[in-house]
Amino acid sequence: MARAAVSGGLTARRAWRPARLVERRPETATASTLVLEVAGWPGHQAGQHIDVRLTADDGYQASRSYSLAGPADGDRIEITVQEVPDGEVSTYLAEDAESGASVEVRGPVGGWFVWKPEDSGPVLLVAGGSGVVPLMAMIRARDGISRAPFRLIYSMRAPKDRIYDRELRRRATENGELTISFIYTRTAPEGETRPVGRITVDDLVSHGWTPELEPRTYVCGPTGFVESVSDLLVGLGHAPGKIKTERFGPSGP
Amino acid sequence: MSIFTRGFRGRRRDSGQQLPPGQYLTDDFPVLSAGPTPRIPLDAWEFTVTTEQGESYRWSWTELMALPAESVTADIHCVTRWSKLDTPWRGVSLDTLLGDLETGADFAMAHSYGGYSTNLPLEDLLDGKAWVAYEYNGEELAPEHGGPARLLVPHLYFWKSAKWVRGIELMDQDSPGFWEQLGYHDYGDPWREQRYQGD
Amino acid sequence: MNEQSERAAVYDGNTLAGPLSEVFAVEVTTAIGRCRSCGSSSQLATFRVYGPDPGFVGRCPTCEDVLLRLVRTPDSVWLDLSGVSVLRIPMAADSTSETSPTS
Repeated sequence: MARAAVSGGLTARRAWRPARLVERRPETATASTLVLEVAGWPGHQAGQHIDVRLTADDGYQASRSYSLAGPADGDRIEITVQEVPDGEVSTYLAEDAESGASVEVRGPVGGWFVWKPEDSGPVLLVAGGSGVVPLMAMIRARDGISRAPFRLIYSMRAPKDRIYDRELRRRATENGELTISFIYTRTAPEGETRPVGRITVDDLVSHGWTPELEPRTYVCGPTGFVESVSDLLVGLGHAPGKIKTERFGPSGP
Repeated sequence: MSIFTRGFRGRRRDSGQQLPPGQYLTDDFPVLSAGPTPRIPLDAWEFTVTTEQGESYRWSWTELMALPAESVTADIHCVTRWSKLDTPWRGVSLDTLLGDLETGADFAMAHSYGGYSTNLPLEDLLDGKAWVAYEYNGEELAPEHGGPARLLVPHLYFWKSAKWVRGIELMDQDSPGFWEQLGYHDYGDPWREQRYQGD
Repeated sequence: MNEQSERAAVYDGNTLAGPLSEVFAVEVTTAIGRCRSCGSSSQLATFRVYGPDPGFVGRCPTCEDVLLRLVRTPDSVWLDLSGVSVLRIPMAADSTSETSPTS
């Protein structure tokens, strides 16, 4: 029988399938990266997400979407979960889940908000809080494959909220045509010259690309952030068709 | 076949109270919506009852406020499984609004500003079972919870308590509203767990 | 509940990717839907989405009218696309078959 075994085919992509938590690594005090082992993982593109479903012992279920944080490593995939106050799923995943825990995943899904290494041209990534996760997947997917110039503008409340802190600082010092700028909305580190506050058109002008370069732009984060940044970019003359957005809900997942 | 996720409980709280099957108790008041929150100025607000004969009866906000109102304490049950006990409302009974009407209709459709609708039997709006509620917890009903006024029909799943209610249309035959068209139950009794069509 | 979420759709069509993957054999967030109400075309990923409870509602980014509704019950997916007059789904000239009926 030529029909492919469950692992990579269309049927599997649509189904909820079992996944095992292999490792949980804190990124900040409130966010953790989870490594999940999913038998027969078919691979995914940078920017895609999975739906994760948890089942309590009495059958109660809850599911949420989480962006994949980087390229797959065989059957192992990574997501980064930001704990949301009173979030039943995010609190469990970011704080309580232990190695060996069983969940179900569906995906990878979401083929619109993706960057492929074969895409040429400059890229602007604008992240609000945990919106940095799918954009980090794009940065990581670029390694060793593409030289497309990337600029990341990462807005967060305070330095302690910075996810992927060490890795971003390492990448910022490497000569790989990746520029990273941080925007602090509430508390800035010592020596920071930019006053604290939400992202402004000046930030986008200083740290983004000019519209003439027609960058591919990806904006991800809380709904209000995404709308605000998109409006600012269009106001600067960027073509709406070159801006892709992903809203994470009022406060992010 | 489901996987069981060790250590996951969810936000539920055990109540020790008798809740309808499949429900859990919540302390907060979740906001669910099908669209943007309508903003209706009170001087434009109207509540309209239309009979199956096509006759219409209208109340302005001022007229609604002049009608006798009641304080209601009710348990509410959302089809998404949260329940909230002893919720305090104030509003005008549908008995007051529908009481004098000549109608042979058996069914009703509640219509909302913004386009939402939900159907239920007319008798489930009568005899002290339903209100047009404009206060919650002693304060003006917030827009996110259906203000300035919503339908309140606590004995049915809470999607029947149409937010931003603008009127009731009486019908000879039952006809599905916004969520009933998409598989939710035409009646919606939480105690018989009538969540979906066919339940 | 913050001010902005009272007014705007909390999500966009990206969030429909998983639920719609149960129905469509292909990626649909890149599909373009024409709004029956205002005639404008937008990619499904850009629909203004409310939900997931009690169901998903996808609204037109231009006119806010309902384009799509989806409810997942224990035994069905209920999908209403009547707000979309035409749905254009990108598809290669030779759509690759991942399962062939014969060897």
